[in-house]
Amino acid sequence: MVEAKDFLSKDPVAWCPGCGDFGIHNAVKKALVKLGKRPQDILLVSGIGQAAKLPHYVKANCFNGLHGRALPPAVAAKIANRELTVIVTTGDGDCYGEGGNHFIHNIRRNVDITVVVHDNQIYGLTKGQASPTTGQGQVTKVQVNGVILEPVQPLALAIALGAGFVARGFSGDPDHLSTLIVAGVQHRGFALIDVLQPCVSFNKVNTYDWYNKRVYKIDSDKTYDPGQRVAAFQKALEWGDKIPLGIIYQTEKETYEDKSGLNKRPPLILEEIENIDISKILAEFT
Amino acid sequence: MPGELTIKIAGEAGQGMQSVGTALGQVFRQAGLNIFATQDFMSRIRGGNNFFQISISSTPLLAPRQKCDILVALDKGSIPLHRATLTARGKLIMDQKKFGITEAAENYFDVPYYDLAEKIGGGELFINSVASGVLAGITRLKFDFVRQALKKIFNNKSQEIIDKNLAAAKAGYDFAVGNYKTEEFAVKQLPIQESLVMNGHDALALGAIRAGCKFYSAYPMSPSTSIMENLASLGRDFGIVVEQAEDEIAAINMVIGASYTGVRSMAATAGGGFALMVEGFSLAGMLETPIVIVDAQRPAPATGFPTRTEQADLEFLIHAGHGEFARAIFAPGTIEQAFYLTVKAFNLAEKYQIPVLIMTDQYLADSYRNVEKFDLGQAMVKRYRLSKEESTKITNYKRYQLTDTGVSPLAVPSWINDVVYADSDEHTEEGHITEDGEIRKQMVAKRLFKKMAGLSAEIEKPEVFNVAGAEVVMIGFGSTYGVIKEAAEALVQKRIGFIHLSQVWPFPGKAMEVLLKDVKKVVTVENNASAQLANVLRRETGIKVTRSILKYDGRPFDLDELITALQKES
Repeated sequence: MVEAKDFLSKDPVAWCPGCGDFGIHNAVKKALVKLGKRPQDILLVSGIGQAAKLPHYVKANCFNGLHGRALPPAVAAKIANRELTVIVTTGDGDCYGEGGNHFIHNIRRNVDITVVVHDNQIYGLTKGQASPTTGQGQVTKVQVNGVILEPVQPLALAIALGAGFVARGFSGDPDHLSTLIVAGVQHRGFALIDVLQPCVSFNKVNTYDWYNKRVYKIDSDKTYDPGQRVAAFQKALEWGDKIPLGIIYQTEKETYEDKSGLNKRPPLILEEIENIDISKILAEFT
Repeated sequence: MPGELTIKIAGEAGQGMQSVGTALGQVFRQAGLNIFATQDFMSRIRGGNNFFQISISSTPLLAPRQKCDILVALDKGSIPLHRATLTARGKLIMDQKKFGITEAAENYFDVPYYDLAEKIGGGELFINSVASGVLAGITRLKFDFVRQALKKIFNNKSQEIIDKNLAAAKAGYDFAVGNYKTEEFAVKQLPIQESLVMNGHDALALGAIRAGCKFYSAYPMSPSTSIMENLASLGRDFGIVVEQAEDEIAAINMVIGASYTGVRSMAATAGGGFALMVEGFSLAGMLETPIVIVDAQRPAPATGFPTRTEQADLEFLIHAGHGEFARAIFAPGTIEQAFYLTVKAFNLAEKYQIPVLIMTDQYLADSYRNVEKFDLGQAMVKRYRLSKEESTKITNYKRYQLTDTGVSPLAVPSWINDVVYADSDEHTEEGHITEDGEIRKQMVAKRLFKKMAGLSAEIEKPEVFNVAGAEVVMIGFGSTYGVIKEAAEALVQKRIGFIHLSQVWPFPGKAMEVLLKDVKKVVTVENNASAQLANVLRRETGIKVTRSILKYDGRPFDLDELITALQKES
């Protein structure tokens, strides 16, 4: 049995008061308690950004790497030790901007990891420039005439690329978000949870109030079937007056670990490496 | 060189020069001879002009020759390109009818490869096998050697393919025995010695397997790709995960993630790919995560010559990465060193928890020869992570605990009774973000000064030849070892010695100061334009070289040109 106090970190939190990250932090901790794994069997991986600080505020293994590069070490860690529960905490800039190529190809790779994207539709740590998900027309200190690029639609992109688990949460509803994180971890394969999150300092458009007026849970719609890819794609495009929360798409797929045979052997970290006998392959060179 | 024979086979890409070359290598090995082979190819899959050159001798060979004794032209275009490289006794072999050549017949040996291949029911795909038969015939070796060689090379092909290749080779062999009347190229068979035949990247991949590498990630890039292919095929029985990354940035970050988790990991690339990896390289320095990265150099900047050779990344590798942190850089000079130093690189990376670089180049990667069987006792894994048993006792773990050596205990996550925080921000001993100036200074000292002190105490010793009392001392690093050694041996009466560095960082400055104390003329021999080794030597020791012999046309030094360049010294 694990309890909330087992995941308590001594590191002081450095987010702005009222930041949406607090809600996600709560949801992650709740999810970890529900999952019931020991802190040393969990690995939280992050890149750079406000979201990337989260692993420091949880007592679990932490790999806080480079901006945009959270996914490569996360999947490699899972490949090296498939007994670890690997959760990535990343942001809209980290994951969809700087790390966009890794986002695309790790969905294809389908390693069993869970990716929680703190999507505040703005760059917080660099103080307020447009992110890949900032709405068109939004004025920033750099996009002084308003954003002219089309925003990335991460859920639709993930479904198009073949992700097996695609969900959206809201930092204003940590209980609901924690159930999504639990479901994401329990899903076998790459699980994406895009989390709507206000940035109280730099995003004056997408506020708590803005989100609260728009979000609704698709779980309450008994007719919605998250197993239908085309319908899910359509749902993923829904944005504006109404924004759906919940598991948008889920399907069982073979994972990287299944297809590569990793699931049939002990974790790589247990391989004995002293005095490996290479005489048989050396014979191929005689 | 006397007592040697050099054969060049030239043709278009796709004509199978490599297969003939491999077959010939096998044939001459079975005849007990030493071999040395290089390949020169263009960055294309079909057409152009490529060649394969093999030298054979009763004594070991370490470097390419400028001239060839036999030139086999598989296409007409090869004749004007390569004829001038024939020695005085040299013989051109070509298909007079096919190429429509009208010159006097005494200037070449006419072999109707195309007709011979046609007659056995093959066609032009089989002219390379005809050529291998011709060469065995001219050198008066038993056809059985050719049969064995082709069977080995085509062992994964259908019986029909094997039979046709054998028939083509036999037709070439019989033609040569029947029509090439002189014994000038007859080879004296010797008792066969036990050895391995491989190239530099075969040896490097074998070293990685022996060193316990379990995770490899890379993006294909010439000339590094052969390492990935070798690990994928040879490594299959050893459970090595080879993951082709979406880019080099992903590759190095994956390698770091796997190593953080507890497995030995490696990536290889060429200079351009390493340029993309540099940020991750710095991350490995900051996280203190052991990784091994190979830079298989090729001529640059930018795309450069994708399939050719250069040693111009020395300064780049010494300085790569933002910020200051310890690293080690190996520059294997031989195929054997590529094996042993790769094992050492993995051990050293783990011992000091640093990124370690191995620099090779296209020439070292692709040239091959027979090497002595590896002594596995000299290639032992040494472990420096906390073992599973030790881990069970660990609580209150500090990933970046300050120590005298700068090296903290390295735990495998999930094995200890605590968690492991690794952080790319400046961090506390626990691994949490800090902005404290004092901690910063301690961490810089840990990552840079303390680790460099340890590394400097165990630098791979430079190899020294005839330096005491020498008039001229050549200095080289990496793949020029063979040509420098052969040149020094050839010029032994002129008192030319050499020093070869197989580790260039930390730079063996103290050793060089001692070795070069009384030397009058110091000459670096480098495959680059700006004399990078000479610059590093001066910066690290104050020693100024007399001159540098530099080559930067994308081709390796050959023995003859280095000897000619050195003649000017005395």
